[in-house]
Amino acid sequence: MLSRLADSLYWTGRYVERAENVARFIGVNLNLILDTPLNGHQQWQPLVVTTGDAQDFERRYGEPARDSVIQFLMFDADNPNSIYSSLQKARENARTMREVISSEMWEQLNSFYLMVQGMAHKPGAGLETLETFCRNVKMLSHLFSGVTDATLSHGEAWHFFNIGRLVERADKTARILDVKYFILLPKVEDVGTPYDDILWTALLKSASASEMYRKKHGRLQPVKVAEFLVLDREFPRSMRHCLIQAEQSLRALTGSAPGTYANLAEQRLGRLKSDLEYADIGGIIAAGLHEYLDAFEAKLNALGDALFTVYFLPQAPAAPGPDLAMERMDQ
Amino acid sequence: MNFENYQTDSYYDELFEIGGRPRTSAAPLIDRIKSMPAGDLTRQQKAAESEFLQMGITFTVYGNKDGTEKIFPFDIIPRIVPNPEWKVIERGLIQRIQALNLFIDDVYHDQLILSDRAVPKEVVASSFGFHEQCVGLNPGKRIWIHITGTDLVRDKDGRYYVLEDNLRCPSGVSYVLENRNVLKRTLPQAFQDMRVKPVDDYPHRLLDTLRYVAPVGADPPKVVVLTPGPYNSAYFEHAFLARQLGAQLVEGRDLAVVDGTVKMRTTKGLERVDVIYRRVDDDFIDPNAFRPDSTLGVPGLMEVYRKGRVTLANALGTGIADDKGIYAYVPHMIKYYLQQDPILPNVPTYVCWEDAQRRHVLDNLDKLVVKAVNQAGGYGMLVGPHSSKAEQERFASMIEANPRDYIAQPTLALSRVPVIVEDHFEGRHVDLRPYILYGREVYVMPGGLTRVALKKGSLVVNSSQGGGSKDTWVLDEPPMPGKKETN
Repeated sequence: MLSRLADSLYWTGRYVERAENVARFIGVNLNLILDTPLNGHQQWQPLVVTTGDAQDFERRYGEPARDSVIQFLMFDADNPNSIYSSLQKARENARTMREVISSEMWEQLNSFYLMVQGMAHKPGAGLETLETFCRNVKMLSHLFSGVTDATLSHGEAWHFFNIGRLVERADKTARILDVKYFILLPKVEDVGTPYDDILWTALLKSASASEMYRKKHGRLQPVKVAEFLVLDREFPRSMRHCLIQAEQSLRALTGSAPGTYANLAEQRLGRLKSDLEYADIGGIIAAGLHEYLDAFEAKLNALGDALFTVYFLPQAPAAPGPDLAMERMDQ
Repeated sequence: MNFENYQTDSYYDELFEIGGRPRTSAAPLIDRIKSMPAGDLTRQQKAAESEFLQMGITFTVYGNKDGTEKIFPFDIIPRIVPNPEWKVIERGLIQRIQALNLFIDDVYHDQLILSDRAVPKEVVASSFGFHEQCVGLNPGKRIWIHITGTDLVRDKDGRYYVLEDNLRCPSGVSYVLENRNVLKRTLPQAFQDMRVKPVDDYPHRLLDTLRYVAPVGADPPKVVVLTPGPYNSAYFEHAFLARQLGAQLVEGRDLAVVDGTVKMRTTKGLERVDVIYRRVDDDFIDPNAFRPDSTLGVPGLMEVYRKGRVTLANALGTGIADDKGIYAYVPHMIKYYLQQDPILPNVPTYVCWEDAQRRHVLDNLDKLVVKAVNQAGGYGMLVGPHSSKAEQERFASMIEANPRDYIAQPTLALSRVPVIVEDHFEGRHVDLRPYILYGREVYVMPGGLTRVALKKGSLVVNSSQGGGSKDTWVLDEPPMPGKKETN
């Protein structure tokens, strides 16, 4: 398969997943505001931190407020990580590989994009519309995922798409946990009050994890929440689960046996996954959850670099410098 | 729907004789259409259009940042070409392609035709299409023009003329194949009864052609389609053909010259490429050899090509014969290389660098069509009968200043075909672009793209200016005897 197409598939997976996560963060937040006395800045600032765009936001919009954050994260064409930009790039990528993906994938992604584009050109939408929009983005992303799984052969193309989708999901789960955990934790006075439950539930919902968490652990406990999102083996949005699945796709590309690696990307992903497999949440929290998550994101970026050099720009006459690879990660 | 009020006016109509009687070849089709329930045809037409949009059979509208794509408008009534008429076209095109190929090969080698003065040396030397870089090139099997899309027009007298040769990267063949798919579903009975010649084997024949000219030793040769990318207006076609050929669709950045061969970057490393069906113009194909600012090409490709280690289709340098000034001499080429009279005539052409002809052109600017030699698609043109005095004066001074840049032709009354206009039929002007492949032999696709000027009275068939397309039915034999006569 052409390296360019592998790159496009990987990023299509990431962009659509990114749009879905941003929609989920916003949707949960819109809901949360109705139940808590917190307002303005306190509620919306974490969102731009979660997506990693706080600096760009402050430069262009100033103090975070509901409308500006929503505009920035949903529809701002100049924010490369907005829902609109993500869908636009995913669609452009898909357009360059129509002969690789299935027609169903193209048609689904195309109408997904047209829905988002239609909303982006209707500013000043009310609360009801925004909530519906968030729900639609999530559902259309699930639909795209499902259409892809059901219509694209699970060969090389699908594996690159799948790796992109899972890397993005692991990254977003890590970020939402990192940002929210510390906002929630110090509020000792709230412990045991309805707020406590509402806020922790909101965090779980931001990763669609609320119901699955309760099935497994019942009561809300901060440590258990962290454990669930980082280490749960079965929950599809936990960091560990994402890496287990991503590793299977990565191995399928070369056919290398478990416990061995054929290239830098496999080595990096294998290490990172093993790290999660043998970790325990007590140790992680003792050493610092924030530090742990920070390091995780850095290692995920390093995996992206390795994918780039191994698959997306192989044996080019001029070897890519590390800067080029890092820049690519910000896409 | 019926043709009761249909007017051929004073034009040659492809389906009707003067007086409104269907031509014998078209009678079964007209019968079939008349017998269809009212509204059926328009419904079918709408269904076809929405299918084109769904399938993404579109061209890109330049300058639209949302990446809007439009369908190429399509009219469901086919154009009919009777078999005897087609045989002449086919022979004429084969003759013309052979002569043009010999001419291009000659121009980049010994230039015998120039020393024998059958074509003036200075006209070639001054052509925008002559590339110094291509002198001495030896494309495989000495074939330069593997794929041609010749534009034919028919005048009031019913004669076919060659309007343009299009020897570089002619586009549109994907519409022919898709239009045919739709028509086979819409008018299956008429299609079968009339014995329409198939066009569906075109991709297969194209692949054979490309493999035939592969570098020696490449077995099986690796064929790719090179596109400028998704922003090119013909991107759909590039992707379509790649799919049909089973070839990889690549952009310039997917290819690199490594160790004297062309390689493509894949997830499994670098893979050798033998034949490139390129839809990128000469000027952009290699920044080292042609335009240094091109980002669409492959640096170093020209050197590999010169050594015969990769095949490009079409060859580099074929644009020389797309110069309208060179076009004027194609009849001379046919006589010179083949010792034959041209079967298909050129449109009579006045070249402005010959004094007597220039004087004639300047005296008749209000009647002639003046064209810049290096432009196509209806640009850089003066249509005399529709022009103002000021425009004529502007062209007069441009011709005086740069006579080599202009030719002139009489204004043709292009033939017409009925199209659906709301609930009735009206005649619209058409041209015809058959596709020709030059491999083991010269193959002319039976049919081609009939482009139609959908605007009433318009003579411009280009898609950028309100043109659409129709399917072209070349009949295998005259309608079988015993069929009901229409009257």
